Amino acid sequence: MKIGVLRESFEGESRVGMTPDSSIQLQKLGHSCVIEAGAGEKAGFSDAAYTAVGAEIVRSAQAVFEATDVVVKVRPPRDAEVSHLRQGQTLISFFYPAQNGDLLEQARERGATVIAMDMVPRISRAQKMDALSSMANIAGYRAVIEAGNHFGRFFTGQVTAAGKVPPAKVLVVGAGVAGLAAIGTATSLGAITYAFDVRPEVAEQIESMGAQFVFLDFEAAQDGAATGGYAAPSSPEFREKQLAKFRELAPEIDIVITTALIPGRPAPKLWTADMVQAMKTGSVIVDLAAERGGNCDLTVPDEKVVTDNGVTIVGYTDFPSRMAAQASTLYANNIRHMLTDLTPNKDGMVVHNMDDDVIRGATVTHQGAITYPPPPPKIQAIATRPKEKVRELTPEEKRAGEAAAFKAQTRTQVGLLVAGGLLIALVGAYAPGSFMAHFIVFALACFVGFQVIWGVSHSLHTPLMAVTNAISGIVVLGALLQVGSGHWLVVALASLSFLIATINVVGGFLVTRRMLAMFQKS
Amino acid sequence: MSTGLVSAAYVAAAILFILSLGGLSGQESAKRAVWYGIAGMALAVGATVFGPGIGNYAVIAVMLVIGSAIGWYVAKTVAMTEMPQLVAALHSFVGLAAVFIGFNADLELTRVLALDEAARSGLTGFAGVLAHKSGVEIAILRVEVFLGVFIGAVTFTGSVIAFGKLAGKVDGKARKLPGGHGLNAGAALLSLVLLVLYVNGAGIWALVAMTLLAFFIGYHLIMGIGGADMPVVVSMLNSYSGWAAAAIGFTLGNDLLIVTGALVGSSGAILSYIMCKAMNRSFISVILGGFGATTGPVMAIAGEQIAIDADGVAAALDEADSVVIVPGYGMAVAQAQQSVSELTRRLRAKGKDVRFAIHPVAGRLPGHMNVLLAEAKVPYDIVLEMDEINEDFPETDVVIVIGSNDIVNPAAQEDPNSPIAGMPVLEVWKAKQVFVSKRGQGTGYSGIENPLFYKDNTRMFYGDAKASIDLLVQAI
Repeated sequence: MKIGVLRESFEGESRVGMTPDSSIQLQKLGHSCVIEAGAGEKAGFSDAAYTAVGAEIVRSAQAVFEATDVVVKVRPPRDAEVSHLRQGQTLISFFYPAQNGDLLEQARERGATVIAMDMVPRISRAQKMDALSSMANIAGYRAVIEAGNHFGRFFTGQVTAAGKVPPAKVLVVGAGVAGLAAIGTATSLGAITYAFDVRPEVAEQIESMGAQFVFLDFEAAQDGAATGGYAAPSSPEFREKQLAKFRELAPEIDIVITTALIPGRPAPKLWTADMVQAMKTGSVIVDLAAERGGNCDLTVPDEKVVTDNGVTIVGYTDFPSRMAAQASTLYANNIRHMLTDLTPNKDGMVVHNMDDDVIRGATVTHQGAITYPPPPPKIQAIATRPKEKVRELTPEEKRAGEAAAFKAQTRTQVGLLVAGGLLIALVGAYAPGSFMAHFIVFALACFVGFQVIWGVSHSLHTPLMAVTNAISGIVVLGALLQVGSGHWLVVALASLSFLIATINVVGGFLVTRRMLAMFQKS
Repeated sequence: MSTGLVSAAYVAAAILFILSLGGLSGQESAKRAVWYGIAGMALAVGATVFGPGIGNYAVIAVMLVIGSAIGWYVAKTVAMTEMPQLVAALHSFVGLAAVFIGFNADLELTRVLALDEAARSGLTGFAGVLAHKSGVEIAILRVEVFLGVFIGAVTFTGSVIAFGKLAGKVDGKARKLPGGHGLNAGAALLSLVLLVLYVNGAGIWALVAMTLLAFFIGYHLIMGIGGADMPVVVSMLNSYSGWAAAAIGFTLGNDLLIVTGALVGSSGAILSYIMCKAMNRSFISVILGGFGATTGPVMAIAGEQIAIDADGVAAALDEADSVVIVPGYGMAVAQAQQSVSELTRRLRAKGKDVRFAIHPVAGRLPGHMNVLLAEAKVPYDIVLEMDEINEDFPETDVVIVIGSNDIVNPAAQEDPNSPIAGMPVLEVWKAKQVFVSKRGQGTGYSGIENPLFYKDNTRMFYGDAKASIDLLVQAI
């Protein structure tokens, strides 16, 4: 099939959805590649480079739409671009279906299939096409570089002949892919790096990158793994706690990089105006969430602003685009992997298998129907699931649990006692007193036996059997009581039972003694 | 000795018996506990002999001497590996004695009832007790006699069969007559009918008929249980012998018999419960014999059993820091405990951490392995229970499995269709290396295939357990 690549029409967007390298790979899958003239120019890939690997260059976007079956781009399409789509055509790009409802509807009307690269599920198998992660990685790196650009001091602490320079303190808010990349970059530049995330299980990842986890003492921390590895909105109490912590940190932090995003929602406001006020002159805030409103109150999307107290706030939304060559290479690879999955037979035929978790998840319109949101993936998120966290019970809950267990135990015990009591009463109602006297003894002895035997050590079970054997030889008493009878048969049987019971008693005790004497401590 | 003094002696004896059982909670206190038991027994017998209403002292003396001599001889000569048989044999004695005493009670009762009023008042001892019973009391006495004889008879034949199986004189496999448990149920029902007849004055023939039926039940019940279930059988018979004694106590109106019987009965019941729990099976399913029905095809096992020789095992042991030995019935059969002990001594002398892991149902008797290892002078503080050691297997370098199979079978955890699914097992396969000493390829006593033998970290060390371990001791 023909795969076409559009030149990005968005202002300042330099990336492109296909590189000459990825074009070669796509052709190996049996596809042919068409590219709009000048599409790779800003990312450093000339038209000549594409033609050299066998891609066809066409003049206009319209020509691309007309000539191809699959259209690839980076940014979500504009209305004009969507209107070019035709029945059965496939568009692969970032789409943000949650925000772009109208666009989605238009695409559906056109009967086109749209694969949203931002909807690729977060499962192990799909990591190679996870464009969000590959872009976030670049953004995180770039954010630190941009911050360093506006931060007029060293990152690393130095002791020079001319005096001591303290190291920069960097706070990264949100330890997703971008956050972790930023942590890695900042620490390797020598800054003291702190990081915060609402998901306590990422503390390990943060520490592995060399930053300190800003620990928040809050009980009901959320389990981020449940939402496919992304954060979920936090409770107002938690937010208050979190802001208080940031307020405490603000005066000492030189560079703040905020990356906090919740899928399908505006960015949470985490760095308020008073925190900016509290920061030192010359400090820098890089707001990676600017496109979705920003984590900082004062962020102006796509712009760099300097506040009255000299704090620079960078609100660029095009960090990956600022490293267009590499971003394009990675994105093109993600696209290429997606197309590999769509071409299972490597014969140039796209098979849109809606039973495949990854393809199903990423497809937002298909055959004239909107297929967003997808059903939850069958396989769990890759986010390291903390070992089946056993929730710490609060003392009240513990007490309540104990009380409930105690009640249940009391109920069964009382039930058993009542049942047993009734049974005994029944026996007592009919049996004569002499029998009952023995019966009491019997019941008590059973009870004592049960209490005592549970304490016997496992390793002594054989001696226990031998000794119980010996004492069950107590039937000798019965034989003794009868041996004085006047009946010859009774005497004979009694003597015989006395004999064998004696064997039992003597043999049992002696063998027990022999066994127990063998048990030795080392 | 007056009746009061006899009762006082009985109270003391009962307390001594309880202390004796309670003392078995630890190895050291157990040594004292036996003496409590012996003292209690001496006190009880002495008080009874010199109490009121006993005659025929000459017979008593002769029987005491003969019985003690036999008991002493048996206790001295029995090999520790033969403990299960001995215990079963001793149970059968209690059962038989209970049957005799029950019959005696009936005979005595018939005799007493035949006497006239004047003669009755002159009776002493047991006959005297009988003479003063009212109508209801005699009916109850008959029920007690009947129960005592029934339990005693089941215990007797059951123990004889158990003895035969454990001693290898009877085929160890589970075997049932056509009709299976229906036969047992029928016999039990018939016994119930006989009980009603007997209580209503049917005479001794009902008792004899029931005894024969009970003999059959005991025989058939234990014939139907085999293999790895034997520890449950032995402890169950232990329990029965206790209940038989208690029933006899009721018959004779003797509280000490009742107390002691109840103690032994509950002890055996708890042991049976512990054993069943260790096999993840219900008591009923053990009694009904055979392993529970499987729910689906058993998982196929991939791979092959890889053999290794003594030098290979010795090399692995040489490098290991921690060694766990898992003994089973195979060690008892091969009488390999001394060799295992020698191996342990040598390994410990080299500074290695050697421990033993004992599954609750290893062997044919509860605690069987502990006794064998103790006999071979393996210190008891390195012999651990399943729950104590199961967590340590992942950090263990070498596990040596000697003659055990089901208790180390990973299928219990991995294959829900396995007949032993859910049974707690020793997780030896988690160790870095496992050596299995086994006579040959083939399934164990219960006939269940063991995936452990096919695992990558398992090597099979074929041969008789004793010969294999001896070779190993030389190689180290």
